[in-house]
This record gives sequence, C-alpha cells and structure tokens, in this order.
Amino acid sequence: MQESMVLTEASYYILLALYNPQHGYGIMQEVEYLSRGRVRLAAGTLYGALTSMVDKGWIIPLPSEEGSRKKNYQITSKGLEILKNEVERLRELLLNGDMILKGEKKDE
Amino acid sequence: MNEIKTIRKWFWAWDFEKEEKWLNRMAAEGWALVSVGFCSYTFEQSGPGEYIIRLEMHDSSDTPFISFMEETGAEYVGKMIKWIYFRRRSELGSFDLFSDIDSRIKHLKTIISTIRLLLIANILIGISNSINVTRIGWVNLLVAALLAYGLGRLDEKKESLQNERLLRE
Repeated sequence: MQESMVLTEASYYILLALYNPQHGYGIMQEVEYLSRGRVRLAAGTLYGALTSMVDKGWIIPLPSEEGSRKKNYQITSKGLEILKNEVERLRELLLNGDMILKGEKKDE
Repeated sequence: MNEIKTIRKWFWAWDFEKEEKWLNRMAAEGWALVSVGFCSYTFEQSGPGEYIIRLEMHDSSDTPFISFMEETGAEYVGKMIKWIYFRRRSELGSFDLFSDIDSRIKHLKTIISTIRLLLIANILIGISNSINVTRIGWVNLLVAALLAYGLGRLDEKKESLQNERLLRE
C-alpha cells in the first residue's frame, strides 16, 4: 500500500468518467452530468491532468478509430485501484462528518 | 468579407491576464482575434461578444494540445513565442483553460521557468559584455532587472495561489 493519497476533485471525476472509454470532450460532458452541472472541467486543466495520468499509468490512450481524430482514454487496473482507495477514504470523511454533525440542519 | 484591423500593442509576459482581458474587451466590442504576431494583433469584425478568447503558455508538444482543444470546440488562433491563443464561440457556453488552482499554479510555473532562463541569459551576456571592451552590456543588465521584477510579480501570484491551495482546491 502506497502512502495515503488524496485525489483532487478533477482527478477523481476524470478517473470515474474513464471507467468506460471516453474522449476529451466526452469526459467534460460526463463529469458535468455526474456532478449535475457543478463541476465543469476547463480544457487546459483536463489536458494537463490526462497527460500526467498517462505518465503515471493510471489511464491509457486507446488506439484511435479510423477516420477519427479524437483520442480515447480508459482507466487502467492501477487507476482503478487508486479510485477504489479514494472512494474508501471519502466514505470515512462522510461518515465522520455525519456522525459529528448529526442533527445539524443545512442552512439555506 | 469581414473588415479586418491590426493593432500593435505590447504586453509583458507577467501581464498575460491583462492581455487576455483586453482581447476579450475587443471581442465584446465586435472585434474577434484572428491572428497574432510579434506585438501585433489582427482582428476581424464579428458580432459583439461572439467569441471568448483565451491564451496559455505551453511548453511541451503543441500539436496534440491544439487538436485536443479543437476537439472541445475551440479554434486555434495562433502562436507567439510560447503563447498559444484560442477562441471559442460564446454560444457554446463558458470557455476557460483552467478550472482548478493546481493547473493555474502549474501554468504560472511554466511562465516563471521561461522567464528565469531569459533572466540568467541576460545576466551572463551583460556581465561578459561589461568585462570586455564593449559597453553595451548595461542593456542586458537593464533587461535582466526588468525580468527580475516580472519574476517577482509572478512569484507573488504563485504564492498566493499556493496559500489558497492549502485550504481548498
């Protein structure tokens, strides 16, 4: 087990979106959909994240389909492992938050 | 054929946000950037606010980055030194290059390392020219002083983002 790692919100959602093969613009749309419009990845941020995730071996670029310039990416088993650990970590955060704040109502 | 006009204007690299703001003001007035040159910007007449303009200093290979951007609906306008200019129709929605602090910090680091290299080069050339007979060395030292000032500005920006990053993304 590597030292505990905290993903950024962008990396977390990108990895989730790449559970199925997806191209850049598809990732942006998927993440916006998953977060109900809250998280909108900017193209430069996404490009930088994809490049470093490929370098780290968390995702791989798939051979592009014929006649298409769009590059598809998919999560690797290493990436999946990282994603699963992150879900566990988030569960812990949520549990503790709920436990301590129970009864508190959300203002609005 | 749309009307075209070229404006000559100088921006320091550390004022890239100011530059972007100006380009977007032009776009809001109906002048959309079509090409860039050294201290020169060419605009075509368009609907007011038809385009959003963004620029980024990019260090690694350009082609995959540009085709990625085009895939997301952005148009490549041009490149000057290491700066790449894009525009995108505003009807497609908001258009930004960075959506979190980390990527903004990374961008600043790219600019900082480029300017640092220029600074070192100017100091070395300046010193060697001052030691030799020529007196032109002071020009390089002057440029170096200016670059050092710019570096300070960029470092401040980076630090304030890094402080913010300790608390949030």
